[in-house]
Amino acid sequence: MSLINANKVSFEYVRRDKNGEVEGFKRAVDDVDLDIRQGDFIAVLGPNGSGKSTLAKHFNSLLHPTEGVVYIDGWDTKDADKLWDIRKAVGMVFQNPENQMIGTIVEEDVAFAPENIGVEPEEIRQRVKESLVMVEMYDKRKSSPSRLSGGQKQRVAIAGVLAMHPECIVLDEPTAMLDPEGRSEVIRAVRALNDVENITIILITHNMEEAIYADCIYVMKDGHIAMQGTPREIFSRAKELEECRLALPQAARLAYELRRAGLDIPEGILTREELCRVLCR
Amino acid sequence: MSIIVNHVDHIYNPGTVFEKKALCDVTFSVENGEYIGLVGRTGSGKSTLVMHLNGLMKPTSGGIFYDGADIASEGYDLRELRGKVGVVFQYPEHQLFEEDVFADVCFGPRNLGLDKSEVEIRAYEALKAVGIRDEQLYVSPFDISGGEKRRVAIAGVLAMKPEVLVLDEPCAGLDPAGRDEILAIADYLHDNLGITVIIVSHSMDDLAEHVHRILVMNDGQLVMDGSAREVFGHRDELESIGLAVPEVTAILSDLKKAGLPVRDDLITVEEARDEILRVFGK
Repeated sequence: MSLINANKVSFEYVRRDKNGEVEGFKRAVDDVDLDIRQGDFIAVLGPNGSGKSTLAKHFNSLLHPTEGVVYIDGWDTKDADKLWDIRKAVGMVFQNPENQMIGTIVEEDVAFAPENIGVEPEEIRQRVKESLVMVEMYDKRKSSPSRLSGGQKQRVAIAGVLAMHPECIVLDEPTAMLDPEGRSEVIRAVRALNDVENITIILITHNMEEAIYADCIYVMKDGHIAMQGTPREIFSRAKELEECRLALPQAARLAYELRRAGLDIPEGILTREELCRVLCR
Repeated sequence: MSIIVNHVDHIYNPGTVFEKKALCDVTFSVENGEYIGLVGRTGSGKSTLVMHLNGLMKPTSGGIFYDGADIASEGYDLRELRGKVGVVFQYPEHQLFEEDVFADVCFGPRNLGLDKSEVEIRAYEALKAVGIRDEQLYVSPFDISGGEKRRVAIAGVLAMKPEVLVLDEPCAGLDPAGRDEILAIADYLHDNLGITVIIVSHSMDDLAEHVHRILVMNDGQLVMDGSAREVFGHRDELESIGLAVPEVTAILSDLKKAGLPVRDDLITVEEARDEILRVFGK
């Protein structure tokens, strides 16, 4: 069974003028169909304003479709009785880690959500420990979040979601504000959760390198899904990507340039390692 | 114009348990018309340094000299300095507030006490320099795209006619095409308007394609200062302080390790392509 199923989903924002009168509508998500199964690693790419974040907010019932239906584990996200089940199943991590920290020390921050839904204290302790171990932040459990680096804060935010035992985590540009090491820490943690714990990952990003690891990439444009396929398929369509204001990962771009200049290089090269292997054979 | 940063230390909360040395003996100078990248991990002191350049912070010891004058000295006109050294902070679009795009850009120069026509000429020129179209001038700054908002925010600083422009993470959160647009504007300001541009960034790939000189901060110290090619020649050293070299430089260095006779001091995709083609005799 699918974990997330979107069926002809559209969403319109109401635009209001200064006096609060309705001025018009903006269709941020336009007739989107998608089907995500447990354990998938999905990357969502697309230009600014293409509807990625709006769509993502449908996956844990922060927004409800204007038209169409979103099902999480078979539950309609509009079903108010299932709201907390849905929010438990699908956790969100946002761009700015500063906006997501509430505890004065790390383990308190991670315990916040399970505390809120009345999990037993002993069980909370267990979950906090497990979650922090998974993102390699257990050593910092007594630290103040303000003392952590950006990458560490984002991993604590992910641990906070993990403590709810989610089936899926949606990450909305989690690395946009991080330095190179912070980025790789977060992406490594996310991949491990997918590989080892089989947690479904939906990663929204502007960083093409991060999308390489996905099972499937969706490219959004003007609210609809413009392209869909494996990273190899998507990144072999350079022209279309450019039309969507996107780019190739650097290694893929170099491979593309070399092939165009007449070097015998197969299509579908994505990573540094693949390119080196091909050139050194 | 010239900036000299001379043995600058900055200590936060001195004498308390929260004392932290954010800058430690930082020394360098910037000449007129340079194009510089400033890199370092989060917390390495980049932002503290930037705030010293336009006098938002004062050194605990050492001095900053703008055109030979110590900006921390008694009676130095910091207002005028802030007109000359413009800083565009991260996510500057969060600071837009006026009714329309044009009014927002007029705000800075109007505060300089210029007459109305001068203010409007400056605002218009700044908006043209960042590629805002005439029909967008009287639109609310909240009704344009994310990339356009950011360009309007940059125009707001440009309208002050700075000699030095510091852009702190100007591409964060933008799509690849938006990123290229912003960097093309930085190129234009440097190449055509002669502005000294300093870009703070975590993206080595972007810096490699644009700036000429790179300053590397680590733990409050300036640990490298050289041309982009020199700095990116130190892969191991950069990686040991949590940074990276451009992806293509890493590819060339991996190829070299694997025995291919390539140079590994090249930093852009075009250079890397030509070098690999040369080795393969194409």
